[in-house]
Amino acid sequence: MSDDHVYLTLAEEHEDDTRWAYGTGFEDPLHGVDTTVPDGVDRAALAGLCLALGDDALVAAQRLAEWTTRAPELEEEVALANIGLDLLGQARLLYARCGQVDGTGRGEDAYAYFRDPAGFRNVTLAELPNGDFAFSMVRLLVFASWRLAHLQRLTASPDPVLAAVAAKGVKELTYHRQYAAEWVVRLGDGTEESHRRTRAALRQVTPHLGELFTAYDAREEVVAVLRQVTDAAGVPLPAWTPGPGAGRRGVHTEHLAPLLAELQSVARAHPEASW
Amino acid sequence: MTAERDWPLYEVFVRGKRGLNHVHVGSLHAADDRMALTHARDLYTRRNEGVSIWVVRSAHIAASTRDEKDPFFDPSADKVYRHPTFYDIPDDVPHI
Repeated sequence: MSDDHVYLTLAEEHEDDTRWAYGTGFEDPLHGVDTTVPDGVDRAALAGLCLALGDDALVAAQRLAEWTTRAPELEEEVALANIGLDLLGQARLLYARCGQVDGTGRGEDAYAYFRDPAGFRNVTLAELPNGDFAFSMVRLLVFASWRLAHLQRLTASPDPVLAAVAAKGVKELTYHRQYAAEWVVRLGDGTEESHRRTRAALRQVTPHLGELFTAYDAREEVVAVLRQVTDAAGVPLPAWTPGPGAGRRGVHTEHLAPLLAELQSVARAHPEASW
Repeated sequence: MTAERDWPLYEVFVRGKRGLNHVHVGSLHAADDRMALTHARDLYTRRNEGVSIWVVRSAHIAASTRDEKDPFFDPSADKVYRHPTFYDIPDDVPHI
């Protein structure tokens, strides 16, 4: 093994060495996928969808990263960072695809670091501040359940790249949803204090279901999941009403601008830097 | 009231992709068995190491102590004849 090619070495299979200290056999989710945009695909619509889903993932990842050094337990901190990094990985692939499809040829950094809040198309649920742990878990449950339903549908996308990204994301989001669901049950069915906070979080999060279902209507699957989890947690699921879907039109809460300012500050201070 | 005090310690065993058996990789805190499994997944398999995880409460492991080291292990130190080194092992027998 050459030190110059550590990553390549890890990416190879090591059939002969059962005691390899680290995982090997890493996979490129786009390996062998044809990046040509198929005939008949609406490029503008495809680019818009990749951008919106990329923005959802990037903003949600940034919120999850904010738990680092602040989580109640070291183990939870790593778990939340892992989930954020999963979403960040999805965002990178989606931005890269957006740049290929929208005709600008922009790279992923251009989308993440050099757009202003009004250019972002993420659902506003993703940008809300973390609040307490119960809020973060309820938000993650709703976000992951909805995104999972969305990506499951997109595994059949006519665009092979989006379909491949969706297939990778489905496995990741299945875990995110499971992780969040277990916490919501634990908190709702926990102490008087955790029960109260879980109920409060649900009251804050459920008004955003309307916006999610305007962006992609998965109400049957998502509400069924939420009902199952809240029943197990012993907390009521508040009613929700259809919403206008502001985030997808670039209309955001006051919370997005400070989030992006922090996210983009280094890249904007050193615009030609590479890392 | 820190959770560390409340959450018991677990030992984590991971079987690698091509590993033959579960290997002890470390420990963690968790409130229950299920949480211990998810924590183990997040802490010890994030670099693509594992295909199977065992967790067990540390308190449930019976372990030999340092004081017992000599009577437990030293008596075998001079009994080299217990090694099967007097056999020729065929090249095509794996895992020996």
